[in-house]
Amino acid sequence: MSDKANAVVKIDAYGLSHKELNSRLREAVSNGTCKIELRNVYGQRYIGTDLNKQIEIEIFGVPGNDLGAFMDGPMIIVRGNAQDGCGNTMNSGEIIVYGHAGDIIGLSARGGKIFVRDDVGYRAGIHMKEFQDKKPVLVIGGTAQDFFGEYMAGGVVILLGLNLKEGEHHKARFIGTGMHGGVIYMRGSVDSYQLGKEIGVAELDEKDLQILKQHVGEFAHHFDCDAGEILKHNFSKLYPRWLRPYGRLYAY
Amino acid sequence: MKTYLPPKFIVERDAERCIQCQVCVNQCSFDTHYYDAAEDKVSSRAGTCVGCHRCVVFCPTNALTVKGNPLDYRENYNWRPEVIEDIIKQAETGGVLLTGMGNDKSCRVYWDHLVLNASQVTNPSIDPLREPMELTTYLGRKPDKVEIDPNTLSLKTELAPQVKIEVPVMFAAMSYGAVSLNVHESLARAATEAGTLWNTGEGGLHPSLYKYGANTIVQVASGRFGVHQEYLDAAAVVEIKIGQGAKPGIGGHLPGEKVSAEVSMTRMIPRGTDALSPAPQHDIYSIEDLAQLVYALKEATNYTKPISVKIAAVHNSAAIASGMVRAGADIIVLDGLRGSTGAAPKVIRDNVGIPIEMALASVDSRLRQEGIRNRASVVISGGIRNSGDVAKAIALGADAVYIGTAALVALGCTVCQQCHTGKCAWGICTTDLALTKRINPDIGARRLANLLRGWSLELKDILGGMGVNALESLRGNRLHLRGVGLTDTELEILGVRMAGS
Repeated sequence: MSDKANAVVKIDAYGLSHKELNSRLREAVSNGTCKIELRNVYGQRYIGTDLNKQIEIEIFGVPGNDLGAFMDGPMIIVRGNAQDGCGNTMNSGEIIVYGHAGDIIGLSARGGKIFVRDDVGYRAGIHMKEFQDKKPVLVIGGTAQDFFGEYMAGGVVILLGLNLKEGEHHKARFIGTGMHGGVIYMRGSVDSYQLGKEIGVAELDEKDLQILKQHVGEFAHHFDCDAGEILKHNFSKLYPRWLRPYGRLYAY
Repeated sequence: MKTYLPPKFIVERDAERCIQCQVCVNQCSFDTHYYDAAEDKVSSRAGTCVGCHRCVVFCPTNALTVKGNPLDYRENYNWRPEVIEDIIKQAETGGVLLTGMGNDKSCRVYWDHLVLNASQVTNPSIDPLREPMELTTYLGRKPDKVEIDPNTLSLKTELAPQVKIEVPVMFAAMSYGAVSLNVHESLARAATEAGTLWNTGEGGLHPSLYKYGANTIVQVASGRFGVHQEYLDAAAVVEIKIGQGAKPGIGGHLPGEKVSAEVSMTRMIPRGTDALSPAPQHDIYSIEDLAQLVYALKEATNYTKPISVKIAAVHNSAAIASGMVRAGADIIVLDGLRGSTGAAPKVIRDNVGIPIEMALASVDSRLRQEGIRNRASVVISGGIRNSGDVAKAIALGADAVYIGTAALVALGCTVCQQCHTGKCAWGICTTDLALTKRINPDIGARRLANLLRGWSLELKDILGGMGVNALESLRGNRLHLRGVGLTDTELEILGVRMAGS
């Protein structure tokens, strides 16, 4: 690797529009930079959207909506909270949020990984997909709001609820409504009234435990917690009961 | 359950002409014809024929005639056969009635009540055979004003990305999955030959068609199927699909049966699962959110291509269109009441939305009133049948039109409205590999390019007759239109005067 590739390029995002900021990012990446540090990020949208290289972007501040939308490759580390649409239609890469994230995190993602240390908003993981070896993974350390995993067509979503107090439950309703692919693992208990009518609940088998171990292991590595401790707890597996939830809707 | 549905069509076979060759048996994908080996005889059964005329066209001896079943219920204007049969179908299945193609009801076709002008005596008409006529159209945001550097005489204003089309007719969004790959290839090649654009619809772009990218509009819709960086990079225009004229406000369900290995690869979903496009885009609940996706796509394509936004024409389209333009759309697409589909609930197709002529006139007027008409090109679709409709649409204010049904008819479609069954005998709206072979892309592209050539020649004739030599002179020029048989309110909304006035 050249010195340039090793060097960290620091960009002060203060006062930059999203267009200016992304143009600076493009310029840095086309110069061969592999690691970029963004300081003073105040809500600029679309950070990292069209950077299809294996670079690392570390964000200090609050990135705006659509962080990493359509992203294909980079790793984004957020030292703060992410907003709505984080990882929207993402193809590959990784987003690690040291805080909360807003609504529709991972919307229609079809690859890559997203780790959120704390809570997420409504419709997390909505319409995530998968195809062959492309399988998006979303791991949430805290809890999620309603319509969690709605319309899921693929991928793995893990909800850990680490910030739930003793005896406290996940509060999301309509979980997995319209789900027709992929899998959701929830740590802690969930009542049947919280679930969409298209999903079933199962005990975890050996394969599920393997998957959990891998992704929770990565989560624990990022956020410096004990994976073994997390995995001791009971998990439920939520799966789509039909590949074709609406197959019997029509008269031909 | 025994069905109470009577046969829709009757097949008559001329026994003297039929040579028992079984072409009809092989061509019919609805099991209407069959061969009895014991008797060495080809026969037809009533009840399954959909009236697509595949057998009639391919019968080598013209032995077949397909007729509507003359079965008469007692005459009743309210309880027409279609109404009765729809109820029967639902009583037998308990389902949502599904249908294909566009609204087939008698809601007024305003194109038929608009007439074009021509030059007589006081201004000369132009003969397009001898004089150059210009149909070239640039799609994209135009600047509010243009600044020229007085010293160098070069343009100082930075122009937004523009896409040039040689004929103001593009192929409408039809997804791979709804139509076959051979149809996509035919459209792509014809668009390339004619210097216009075709639209992928929301099912992604097959790898073999990336080479036609310069003539391709790629769609980003609520299902986000097949959307990734290379797909966006390949295209000339990226189109956000909010709605569709055939089914405003609802999403789409591509049934699992149509998700074949190749469709699954292009859509990037597992084979055999339903491809569900949710009704809304879940990142767009407002004009501000639309602006967010428009700019997400501009960022993702580094501001190099126009971003289009397509909506179904509904009651308050004019206000919505204003918002779309302000949200940064470089092209806005309005799809009218008669817009077509591969599958939609019949009740939605036939009852929701407004005629495209009204939507176009009101949107164009509104954008002009607000002084922002230049900021986006306006494209319309939904029932454009011939070059006359195109000319009228341009005069009403459109920059270009999309054709879907007309393009499919060029490929063989007879508008039998069975797209939703996936059994299209013409091999168009199906992913069944045996049927899709019926569209040969060499011939398909030829037929489509021929259609565009014919319409281009006619458009030039129309322009020449008016005494103008560029489509630009007709665009939004409603003085070239007059209304026939329309009420004052209709004329007012259309911004057109009564014939004779």
